Amino acid sequence: MKRAAVVALNTFREAVRDRVLYNLVFFALLMIAAAILVGQISIGIEETVIVTLGLSAVSVIGLLIAIFIGVGLVSKEMDKRTLYALLAKPVRRWEFIVGKFGGLVLTLAINTAAMAAGVFVALYYVRHSLQRSDLTILIAVYFIVLKLALVVALALLFSSFTTPLLAILYTAGLYIAGQFVEEMRTFQSLTGSHALASFTKWLSYLLPNFENFNVMAIAAHGRSVPASLILQNTLYAVLYCGIVLSATAVIFSRRNLK
Amino acid sequence: MNNWKSIAGLLIFLPLGYAGIWKLQHSIDAQRAALHQEQDDLSLRSAKMVKAISLEYAPLMADVYWTRVVQYYGDKTARRERNVELLWPLLDITTTLDPQLIVAYRFGATFLSEPPPRGAGRPDQGVALLERGIQANPDEWQFFGDLGFIYYFETKDYAKASAAFLEGSKKPGAMIWMKIMAARIAAEGESLATSIFLWNEVYTTTTDPTIKKNAEKHLRLLKVEQDCKLIDAVADEYEKRFGRRATRMSELIQSGLLRGEPVDSLGYSYVLGEDGKAELNLDSPLLEEQLLSQPKKKSPEVH
Amino acid sequence: MKLVDAGGEPTKNESMPGVAIEIENLTKDYPTGFLNLKTRRSLDALTMQVEAGEVFGFLGPNGAGKSTTIKLLMSLIFPTAGTARILGKPISDIGMHQDIGYLPEQPYFYDYLTASELLDYFARFHDLKEADRRERVAKMLKKVGLETAGKIQLRKYSKGMLQRVGLAQAILHEPQVVILDEPMSGLDPLGRREVRDIILELKNEGKTVMFSTHILSDAEMLCDRVGVIVGGKLRGTGAPGEIVGIAAQGMEILFELRGDAGAAAALVNKATRTGNRYRMHVEEQELYAVIEQLRSAGAKILSVTQVKATLEEYFLHLVEADRAQAAAVEVYGK
Repeated sequence: MKRAAVVALNTFREAVRDRVLYNLVFFALLMIAAAILVGQISIGIEETVIVTLGLSAVSVIGLLIAIFIGVGLVSKEMDKRTLYALLAKPVRRWEFIVGKFGGLVLTLAINTAAMAAGVFVALYYVRHSLQRSDLTILIAVYFIVLKLALVVALALLFSSFTTPLLAILYTAGLYIAGQFVEEMRTFQSLTGSHALASFTKWLSYLLPNFENFNVMAIAAHGRSVPASLILQNTLYAVLYCGIVLSATAVIFSRRNLK
Repeated sequence: MNNWKSIAGLLIFLPLGYAGIWKLQHSIDAQRAALHQEQDDLSLRSAKMVKAISLEYAPLMADVYWTRVVQYYGDKTARRERNVELLWPLLDITTTLDPQLIVAYRFGATFLSEPPPRGAGRPDQGVALLERGIQANPDEWQFFGDLGFIYYFETKDYAKASAAFLEGSKKPGAMIWMKIMAARIAAEGESLATSIFLWNEVYTTTTDPTIKKNAEKHLRLLKVEQDCKLIDAVADEYEKRFGRRATRMSELIQSGLLRGEPVDSLGYSYVLGEDGKAELNLDSPLLEEQLLSQPKKKSPEVH
Repeated sequence: MKLVDAGGEPTKNESMPGVAIEIENLTKDYPTGFLNLKTRRSLDALTMQVEAGEVFGFLGPNGAGKSTTIKLLMSLIFPTAGTARILGKPISDIGMHQDIGYLPEQPYFYDYLTASELLDYFARFHDLKEADRRERVAKMLKKVGLETAGKIQLRKYSKGMLQRVGLAQAILHEPQVVILDEPMSGLDPLGRREVRDIILELKNEGKTVMFSTHILSDAEMLCDRVGVIVGGKLRGTGAPGEIVGIAAQGMEILFELRGDAGAAAALVNKATRTGNRYRMHVEEQELYAVIEQLRSAGAKILSVTQVKATLEEYFLHLVEADRAQAAAVEVYGK
C-alpha cells in the first residue's frame, strides 16, 4: 500500500506540473465570474445562476479532467514506455493502478475545492453575506468529487484494455447512461415485454448511477440535503470504485505490455 | 525589414476589416429585425426532451430558459403584441428542468392567466402550472395565494378561490391574511376591498419587477374604481338634495359636498359622464389602460 | 572445441547454486493475423542459464527474441509456456525485483521530472531511507556522468543522456543481477566506452550482468559467455571464442596467375578474380594440396593468411540459414 502511495504522489506531482490543468481551472473561474454578470441580466435568479453556472463549470471541467487525464494515466505510460522501468521495480501492478487512481482523485479534489472557493467568492460578492443554507453548495461539490472519482475508476478500467480513444468514448458513454438510470426503471412500465423490462431493471442497478450525485437544484435554492444521503452516496462511491478498481487490477495484471 | 512590413500591413487591415464587419452586422441586424417573427421560435418544445439532453445541468438550463421567458415577455410587451403563445411552452420547459424554480411558477401564474394584452388569457394554464408547482414544492404557501388569485380575478370561481386561500393558510409561514381572505371571499365573493388588498399584497411583496409593475397598473385602476364609487355616492347625495343629476364635477364641488377637485393617481381630474357617473378624464393615460382591460363589465356590482 | 548446445540439460527442481538466471523452455506466442486467430512464435522453448558473477551477452539480430526474453524475465509480458527463475525465485515473484536492476530498450522517462527526482522516485520503491536515497542518487549521477544535469527536466535530455539515466536507475539500489536491453544503442563511441566501463565495474563488484545487443564487437570484448538467439531459437551458448570456433575457419590464399590454368582450371575457377590476381578460400586441411596444385599450374603465391572467423560471420551464417529454411518452407509448403 505504501508503494501505491508513492505512485499516487508522483501522479499528483505530474498533474501539478501539467499546465493544461491550470488553464482549465482558470477557465472555470472565468465562468464563475461570468455567472455574476449573467445574474445581473436574469431577473429574480441572481444567486441561483451563480450556483447553477458555478457548479456546472466545476462539474464539466472536472469531468474533462477525469475522463481525458484518467484515460491517459495508463495509456500514456504504456505508449511512452515509461511503465517499463517502473514495473521492473518491486511494485505490483495493482499498486500501480491504485496509486494512479489516488493521485488523480487527489488532484481533482484540490482543483474542485479551488473552483468551489470561486463560487463562494462570487456568491459573497453578490449577496454580501454567507448563509447556513450555502452549506448545501459544499455538499454538492463533495458529491461532484465522488462522481469524478467514479469516472476516474471507469477511465482506468477501459484504458487498461482498449485504445485511448475507445476508452474515452466508453467512459463518456457510461457517464451519460448513468444519468438515465432512473428512466430505465420506469422504462419497464412502457414496454410490453416482461423479459425486456426485468433485464432493463436489472441493468439499471448494475450501471453506475450518477444521478445519485446530482443535487444542483437543491443547492441552488438553498434547501438541505439529508445526512443519510451523504453517507449513502459516499459508501456507494467507495464500493463501486472498489469494484471497478479490482476489475482493473485483475485485467492489468494479465496484460502483456507492448 | 519584412517583419515591419507585415506588421504594418496588419495594422492597416485590421481596423478596415472590422469597420466592414461593423457595417455588415448592422445591415444583418436590420434584416433580421424585419424577419423578427422567425425569432419567435422554440425549436424544442418537448420539455422531457430538453431535460434529457441537459443531463445533470438541468437547473442551469432552467435558468437559461427562465431568462428567455423574461426576455420574451418583455419583448412582446414593448412591441405591444398580444400574442404570447410561446409563454406556456417556455414555462413548461423551465419548470420541468427545475421544478423548484419558484419565481417561474409565480410569473407564469400571473401572465398566463391575465387576459391580453397583459397576458395569455389562459387561466387554465396558470392553474395547471401552479398545481405542478405545488406538487414539487408542497410547502410553498404563496402558490395557494396565486391560485386563489386566479380563481378570484380571472375565472370568478369564488368557492375555489376561498378554498385555495384556506388551504394555503395552513402551510408553514403563511401570512394571516390568507385565512382572512378565505373567509371574506366565501362570504362576499368579489369585492373592491378584497381586490385592492390582494393586488397590494402582490405589489408590496414581489421582487420581480415585471410583476410589480403589473400590480401597480391594477392598483391604479382599482383606485379609479374606488374613487369613482365615492364620487358616485356624492353624486347620489347631490341628486337627493337638489332633485337632479349633476352634469359637471364643478357642480358637486360648488355644492360643498366634494372638497377639492378629485384627481386620479396620475393627477388628471375626474369628470362626470352622460349618465351622471364619475369617469376618467379623456386625457388621462389610465383611460387607455381601463379600456384595454375591460373584457366584460366596467365596474363591479355595488353591494 | 566445446559448444554448449541449446537443450540437452536435464531439468532441475531447485536452482543450482551459482546460477543467477535460469530459463527453462520459455516460450512466447503472439496472436497475429485477422482477428488475432493465428499465433506467431517469437520465442521457442528457450533454455539457458546465466552464472552468478559473470557478464553474459545475449546476441541476436533484430527481432530474434532478445527483448522478448528480457521482458519475460521482468514480468512485463507473460510466457505462453516454460518457467524462469532469477536468484532462485520465480519470475512471478515481484518482490524479487528488489535485487534486480533493469534498463529497458530505448528508455523514456517521465519528462516532467528531473534526473534527481526520477532516481529518487524509483529509489522509494526500494525502501531506502531519505538520507540514504539522497546519497545514492548523488553517487549514481556522478557515476554516469550526469552530476551537472541532475536538476534539468528529462524532457531536455538527449538520447545519450537518457540512456545514462536509465543505467543509473538500474543500478541505484545495488542489485545483485543487472539486466540491460541494448545498453549501447544510440550512444556515441565515448558513451559506449563509459557503459562498458560501468559493466566491468559491476563485474568487479561480483554482480551478474546480462545484456542484449546486436553489436558483436562489444560482446566479444566484455562477455564471459554469450548466447546466440536467431528466429526465436537459441543457437548456442559458450565463451565468445568457442562460439566462433564453429564457424568455418580456413586460410585465404592470394595468388597471381598469368595465362592458362591448365590442369588446375577447375580449382582456379573457385577463386575470386581481379585481373591477374586471385583470392581463394580453403579449409585448413587442404591448404598444402591446393598450394601444390597452384604451383604446378604456374601461379605465383602472394600471401597465405589465416581467416579468423568472427562472431559476425557466425551470425550472418545463421541468419542466412534461417532465411533459406523459411524460404524453403514457403516454397514447399508446410
